[in-house]
Amino acid sequence: MSKLTKPNESGNGLIESVNKPINRKNFFKYAGAGAALTTLLISGCNDDDDGKFNGVVDPPPTPPVTGPTTVNLGSDDVGVLNYAYALEQLEAAFYTQLVASATFNTAFPDAKERQTLTDIRDHEIAHREFFKAAITAAAPAAIIPGLTPDFSKINFGDRTAVLTAAKTFEDLGVAAYNGAGKLLKSPDFLTIAGKIVSVEARHAAEIADLISNGTFANTGNNANGFDGAMTPTEVLTAAKSFVKETIDFSKLPTS
Amino acid sequence: MNIHNLLTQIEKVDPEIYERLDSRRSIFKHFAGFGKKLAATAVPLAFGAMLNKAYGQTAPPRSVVDVLKFAFLLENLEAEFYKQAAATDIFPTSAGKGAFETIRNHEVAHVAFLKGALAADAPTYTAASFDFTAGGVLGDMTFKDYPTMLAVAQAFEDTGVRAYKGQAAFLISNNDVLQAALQIHSIEARHAAHIRRMRRDMMTNPAMQKPWITGKDLGGLPGFTQAIYDGEEVTTQATVKITGTFGGITISDAAASEAFDEPLTTEQVTAIVTPFLKK
Repeated sequence: MSKLTKPNESGNGLIESVNKPINRKNFFKYAGAGAALTTLLISGCNDDDDGKFNGVVDPPPTPPVTGPTTVNLGSDDVGVLNYAYALEQLEAAFYTQLVASATFNTAFPDAKERQTLTDIRDHEIAHREFFKAAITAAAPAAIIPGLTPDFSKINFGDRTAVLTAAKTFEDLGVAAYNGAGKLLKSPDFLTIAGKIVSVEARHAAEIADLISNGTFANTGNNANGFDGAMTPTEVLTAAKSFVKETIDFSKLPTS
Repeated sequence: MNIHNLLTQIEKVDPEIYERLDSRRSIFKHFAGFGKKLAATAVPLAFGAMLNKAYGQTAPPRSVVDVLKFAFLLENLEAEFYKQAAATDIFPTSAGKGAFETIRNHEVAHVAFLKGALAADAPTYTAASFDFTAGGVLGDMTFKDYPTMLAVAQAFEDTGVRAYKGQAAFLISNNDVLQAALQIHSIEARHAAHIRRMRRDMMTNPAMQKPWITGKDLGGLPGFTQAIYDGEEVTTQATVKITGTFGGITISDAAASEAFDEPLTTEQVTAIVTPFLKK
């Protein structure tokens, strides 16, 4: 399926927005004008306005959860962003638990390695919080809730076990972003995904080298110098044992 | 000024106005900086500027062939560098030589892939196309001095990552080429991380030498390479402030800048690599 931007009646190529039609209240909230507008004379209300707009923003609705243990990622670009948000939640939770664990210093006696893993924790938290804020701004009704990670099978006291799990997460993350790029319609979101995926790849290389120096790029199609790329089905099948909720990705775009 | 009615009027002639406004996230910066003391007269100005952005001209997109040709030049530059570098005997360890051979093989494979994709559109590059003295700046050190060789490698890799990132959006209409470009892009990032690791191992004081880019820090490269890192220091993404404290963990400016690699434009990349191209 081609993702060429849809020409509209005037012939301009336009990007399909993630939330259409944008809710007018949210538009002003996003524009940062809500507060400012309360101090301005905006004459009258729109005929079909509900009359409530006065710089007052409704609280975002409760995210839709289709069942107590099923989380639906949704569709279109927001679905893809939720997909990335889900993965970043898992990664951030993993490194947060690692750095906070009582055995962190004994499993990783080398201070430089602890710094590396702490850096990665911070990056994953930054990614998670970015998606949380960006999806909330773009589609407050569609953002998935916080997931419940399950790392019970990982021995956080064992360096090899931790690095093996970290490598799994990082390679999976890189392959997930590489496979998801083409699912996005918005070039702005594609650029954001690109900004994140190379940092994940830097993590993946460093973790691989910590396990065995020189294996930084033993991934995907190594003979052709191509990194991995996976579909959401492949990624979530690999990741599902690490999250308590069932993730429903049936509405995600496929091309 | 009645913004509501104005929006309603625009809606009548262009039902997609909200898509336009929303698809150009950057326009909201027009409002974002205004405080509560915003003069009423500023609203029409800001609103007009916003509509100009929404309905104005955007930069002409680059064709898929343009992007492939640009990537082909960069990959040839890298492949030629690693061919010569991996063949030297200045590596202190066999692991270092092995890493350069791995990266060389990848870059050669990227060249082959892009040549196939470009077919008849592929230009011809040879060793003579490139100048690894960088117009004399590096003299003959590039393949004789190990630290210089690693520095050039880091410069090429970090530039390559930013270059692919800046081109990705131009490939959005072609799923196959986009995915291939992303798969190459993340491999380049893996190369960059490993080269940085090799340079860290070589340094006496490697505190700032990380696999990722902190602020716009040069990672030990000389000052004239600053253009490779300028812009990496941003701590805001799509109007979202990345710094803050989340669940008791504080994300510093350094971490916020490390967490996102920034793109470079075609022009910026061209300026960086031009010294390495034979006149």
